[in-house]
Order: sequence, then structure tokens, then C-alpha cells
Amino acid sequence: MQSHQPLARPASLGEMFWAFTQLALQGFGGVLAVSQRMLCERKRWMSHKQYVDALALAQVLPGPNVCNLALIVGDRFFGWRGAFTALAALMAAPLALVLAITVAYAHYATVPMVAGAVKGMGAVSAGLIVATGLKLLPALRDNAMRLPACLLFGGAAFIAVALLGMPLAGVLFGVGCAACAFAWWRIGEAARARIKVDQS
Amino acid sequence: MTTSALLVAAAVGPTMESMAAIASGAATTPIAAMVGTPIAGAHAAAGLFALFGHLLLLSLLAVGGALAVVPDVRRVMVTNMGLLTDAQFNASVAIAQAAPGPNVLFVAALGYQAAGFAGAAVALFGILLPSSTLAYIVARWGHAHRDWRIVRAFQAGMAPIVVALVFGTGWTIASQVFDWRALVFAAAVALIAWRTRVHVVVLVAAGAVGGALGWF
Repeated sequence: MQSHQPLARPASLGEMFWAFTQLALQGFGGVLAVSQRMLCERKRWMSHKQYVDALALAQVLPGPNVCNLALIVGDRFFGWRGAFTALAALMAAPLALVLAITVAYAHYATVPMVAGAVKGMGAVSAGLIVATGLKLLPALRDNAMRLPACLLFGGAAFIAVALLGMPLAGVLFGVGCAACAFAWWRIGEAARARIKVDQS
Repeated sequence: MTTSALLVAAAVGPTMESMAAIASGAATTPIAAMVGTPIAGAHAAAGLFALFGHLLLLSLLAVGGALAVVPDVRRVMVTNMGLLTDAQFNASVAIAQAAPGPNVLFVAALGYQAAGFAGAAVALFGILLPSSTLAYIVARWGHAHRDWRIVRAFQAGMAPIVVALVFGTGWTIASQVFDWRALVFAAAVALIAWRTRVHVVVLVAAGAVGGALGWF
């Protein structure tokens, strides 16, 4: 849960490098859940709404989502140097680890305890991601589309990807275009309503 | 939600075969069938250069994340260029998802197996350079024009979809964990991570130890 203290910002490129290194090294089975905890809760560099906005862009654009997210966050605070620093920090330590494990892994992949540990870590990944979704829900509260439309579009996307197994790119484009068109209309309606109130 | 396929592999876990089945593209379609020409046997530097070119092209096709291009990278590096065997490919994908960090590192592991450190560097830069450049430019534009109605409509429209896809990833992983004990454990982790500030490493360690002891 995010409290209502004001947001902070990274003091230096070094602090940001260290934060992204930490979150990258904690991201077993995906960095998304950890990035939300680090950026919104521990460091308080972003609100949940800002996080959702950045993640939306990161997902729609080609490329690894967390890499795009790191670029966007880094750029927000330190321009291109921040973008490069965040991305480099995200990759450097895990890269060394992956290359080291590449050498060792072949010998241990079939050991039952190793396989069991990987399965247990997979269950943790599932739980962490669901928790991230729960924490991001309040960011929809003041959405311009209002709650029923959010539930409709979100529900459609969930059903298409999770239950029907439709390809992600198609769902992002199809449901995304419909939702953005509706939001465009809603924002216009809200602006017109405000003008009416001002005139009366 | 690009991580979903590999997370599924992590959750299913025990066999390389299950990871291979997912890595070979159960959830994705080879959208880049036109990319890649056979150059097996070419000089090493020329081979690296060709690999770099192929990955540059694949980078912009990775909509939804790095794992969207796993089948295409397999086709380029295993089938067309003959740089790796299928077994090497599968091991690299499995390693990248088991290790912490972005799953795109599977490309670096592949490059390393094909051509050492130079291969790892070439592969990682190739897959990241175009998509990162595009993300940087678009994000700057969006932030500079964040008051524009079209930018606000994009953010408001995409927000519920982004959150839904986060749940979708969790659901996809959980639905692959057939064992009810693992599901109960995952649900408990979700509750703890949602309502408390218990450190992620503690939860991951608990899952690893529990799994190693055969609880799931």
C-alpha cells in the first residue's frame, strides 16, 4: 500500500544505478513485480499512476518491457545519461550471473533438488505478480474512463490473453485502440462539461 | 507480460523438455519468417556481423517483450546459421529464466555459447539497440506532450489493460502449476507481498528451499 507521503527522486546516477542493480538481482522469473516494489514503495520515485503510465508505454513499444521501463524512468530523472545508466544497471550484474550459470548449469539441471527449487521459485513469481496487480488497482481510481469502463476493457484484455490465449500484440492493439478511443471521447466530454459549468 | 512464457516454464519447472516446448513458441507466432538467410560456415567475424543484423531486425518485432521473438531467434541461430544445437538453445532459455534479471538475457547466453564474450555482446546489443532507441524517443515525446489530449487518452485507455495483463501473467503461471500445494503457496505469497513489506528475497528463498525439499 502506498502512503501519501510526497514522492522522492534519486539523488545521483550512482543511487539509481545501485537501485536498478538491486531490483534486477531480485527479479527471479521476471523483474516487473520487483520493479514496482522498488520504484513505488521502497524508493518512492514514482506514484502507482506514474508507474502504470510508464508501463503502458513500455508494453506497447517493441522490446523487453522492463528494459523499456528502465529507459523511461532513467530519462525522467537524468535525461539520456539516466536512461543509459538505468538500462546498464538492469543488465550488468544479471548478465555476469547468466554467463556464469551457463557454464555450471548443464551439470545440475537434472538434479531433483534443483528442479524442485526452480518450481518453488516459479510459484513465488506467480504470487508476486498477482500482488503487483492488486497494488496497481488503486491507480485506476481517478481514470478518465471511470470505473465501469476500466473494468470492461481490463476484463476483456484479461479474458483474451489469460483465458483464450490470444497473442499479446493483437490484444494490445485491438482492445487498446478501443479503450484509447473511448478515453479520447470521455476526456472531450469532461472538458465540455467543465466549460458548461464555467459558463453557468 | 512478455515474461509470461518463461515464467510458465519456471512454474512448471522440473524438465528441460517443458521449457523447450514453451521456448519453441507455444504462445507466439513466427512473425519474422522473412528474416534470416543461411550463412553457416562463413568466417567468424562475418558470422557475428550477420547475427547482429538479424537481431537488429528482430528487435523491432519484439512487441510484448523479449520472449515474443524466441521462435525467431531459434530459427536464425539454430536452423539458418547453425551456430547452436537445439539443446544449447533450450539450456540458454532455461538459464535466463531461472536466473534473476530481465529474461532478454537469454539472447546474451545464446551469443556466448555461439561465440564467447564477443558473441554475447553482439547479440545483446543487436536485440536491444533498435527497441531501446525507439522507446527512448517515443517516451521523450510522450512526456513532453503529456498534456495533449491524445497522450492523455492513450494513458487513460491503456491503464486498465496494463493492470489486467499483470493479472493475466499471474493467472497464466498459476494455471500451469497443477499441484494444489504450489497454488496455495503462490496465493499466500500474493497476500503477503500485497499487504506486507516482507522482502522479495525472503519469499523467493522460501520458495526455493520449499521446492528443493519437495513440498510442491
